[in-house]
Amino acid sequence: MTAAQPNREMYGKTLVELGERNPRVVVLDADVAKSTNTYRFRDRYPERFFDLGAAELNMVCIAAGLAATGWIPFASTFVIFASLRAVEAVRTSVAYPKLNVKIVATNAGVEICGDGVTHQGVEDLAVMRAIANLVVLAPSDPVTTRLATLAIAEYEGPVYMRLGRQPAPVLHDESVEFRIGRMIRLREGGDVTLIACGNMVEHALLAAEELAREGIEARVLDCHTIKPIDREEIIRAALETGAIVTAEDHSIHGGLGAAVAEVVTETYPVPVRRVGLRDVFASSGRDPKTLLARYDMDYRAIAREARQVLALRARQR
Amino acid sequence: MTSEFDPARLAAIARDLRVLILRMIANAGSGHPGGSLSAVDIITYLYFRHLRIDPERPHWEDRDRFVLSKGHCAPALYAALARRGYFPEAWLWTLRDVGSPLQGHPDMRKTPGVDMTTGSLGQGFACAVGIALGARLQGKTYRVYAMLSDAELQEGVTWEAALAAAHHRLDNLIAVIDNNRCQTDGFTADIVAVEPIDEKWSAFGWDVQRIDGHDFVQIHAAFQRALQPRGRPHVIIADTVKGKGVRSMENRPEWHAQPFTPEQAEVFIGELFEGGSS
Ligand SMILES: Cc1ncc(C[n+]2csc(CCOP(=O)(O)OP(=O)(O)O)c2C)c(N)n1
Repeated sequence: MTAAQPNREMYGKTLVELGERNPRVVVLDADVAKSTNTYRFRDRYPERFFDLGAAELNMVCIAAGLAATGWIPFASTFVIFASLRAVEAVRTSVAYPKLNVKIVATNAGVEICGDGVTHQGVEDLAVMRAIANLVVLAPSDPVTTRLATLAIAEYEGPVYMRLGRQPAPVLHDESVEFRIGRMIRLREGGDVTLIACGNMVEHALLAAEELAREGIEARVLDCHTIKPIDREEIIRAALETGAIVTAEDHSIHGGLGAAVAEVVTETYPVPVRRVGLRDVFASSGRDPKTLLARYDMDYRAIAREARQVLALRARQR
Repeated sequence: MTSEFDPARLAAIARDLRVLILRMIANAGSGHPGGSLSAVDIITYLYFRHLRIDPERPHWEDRDRFVLSKGHCAPALYAALARRGYFPEAWLWTLRDVGSPLQGHPDMRKTPGVDMTTGSLGQGFACAVGIALGARLQGKTYRVYAMLSDAELQEGVTWEAALAAAHHRLDNLIAVIDNNRCQTDGFTADIVAVEPIDEKWSAFGWDVQRIDGHDFVQIHAAFQRALQPRGRPHVIIADTVKGKGVRSMENRPEWHAQPFTPEQAEVFIGELFEGGSS
């Protein structure tokens, strides 16, 4: 049985598993190995681990070089540094030449708390999603984090995966089928669909419970792959429930909500409302619950948006 | 401040700031004790003896600027700013809380006395080069100080900025490197070595001095010398001890960002007054 734990912790443990299985896996970090949990791999396979120090752009370029010589590099740092400081290397040195580099970044979103804006990765999904050839993942719980880590090692090509810092509850069955690009339906419902990624999947489930008490049945989808987005499942949600709410610990610009809205408006337009960081820099905070509530990004916000999207749909009909 | 140079007075202030740092981080529940304690003697010297500043006028145009490029050590800066009267000491107990004027990393728009927003290693220093360039363009005579860490010497932007500053002969710029020889994952020499630091900066065209960063006499002499224009930017490499002053933290990389309770903080404070180390 998988226990609740931070997804970054499960990532570190799975790296050790991968190191055993696949001698071509190498791991890189940029002086945050304890946080990203790559230290677990370092301690087990020191000869296949490289800590490049505080030098994230350099780390991604070195990973590209390692991939060019047949290795499978997993390069880890915080979301903010992977997605912004190192991003041109991700684009031009990794994605463009389709090198087999896995960038796995931890400490996503505002939930990181204390460090504040300089360490909150809230633009990565928008940035990474705009880069051709790149697969973009944001798993929600330890079970799918493990499966995603194994899946991207198998997949031949560039990948970006974001993980949270805080403890994550187990939301999925051990036997869940995990496929890159396929959402997982966590709850059935015909009135409205809640599509979430990462830590917000838990909030979507809580919102669905709150809505159920009001007689609203919400479908909940775990959208662990932001790119390629699961178009079929989105279209099904639009057709069958006619109203969608998205939720992500990320800017409302360009991330999951945008990806979903793009598909909906191009195929079967129904009202979509997005929960996310609304074009502001968030504060430091001492606990994730208070911080997410303060920025209107928790389960209450999702439930409220669900009611609003239903009202909107009613008006349109 | 241009009072008499009194190393004993500065040591006493630094000790008070160490107490505030430890209590502040414990109260916030997270933060970076090790690097705050290695930096605080130099920060004390700057804020209580050296910088031309006026806490009554944090935006005074002609003030000296200080950029804490190693922004994670904000508690050391906040303690000094509070004691200099930039804001009430009560603010220190709101560190890292939602909506606090004291964010986890320095924020020039929220905290009076903070001259540049920092926290992404390497960027603060490059911004300081820009400030020095801006000052010279305006014909201003104030100095720009930037404090870097040894891990920041691993970031490419640090060297890009160092090249630019030397190219533009910015002798109004004084960088100080808090060389505590530790970073997050261990000893800097074991992660990606940065020594010989002095030779690197010399080769980049800087005026280089190297001192013991906990000896106020040496700190004073180095900053005095850095006031003399030499047609090139100045760097003071300060050899320091991570966790300085708290015996059980000293020179231990694991105290980079380890949380501790208010009760533990009081034990650490007890250690401060045992050794008489600073
Ligand atoms: C660009 C960037 N990368 C990574 C980090 C995370 N981080 C914070 S402090 C630190 C290194 C700590 O060592 P050092 O900078 O030498 O600080 P000190 O020992 O003086 O506290 C790292 C990697 C960051 N703040 N910015």
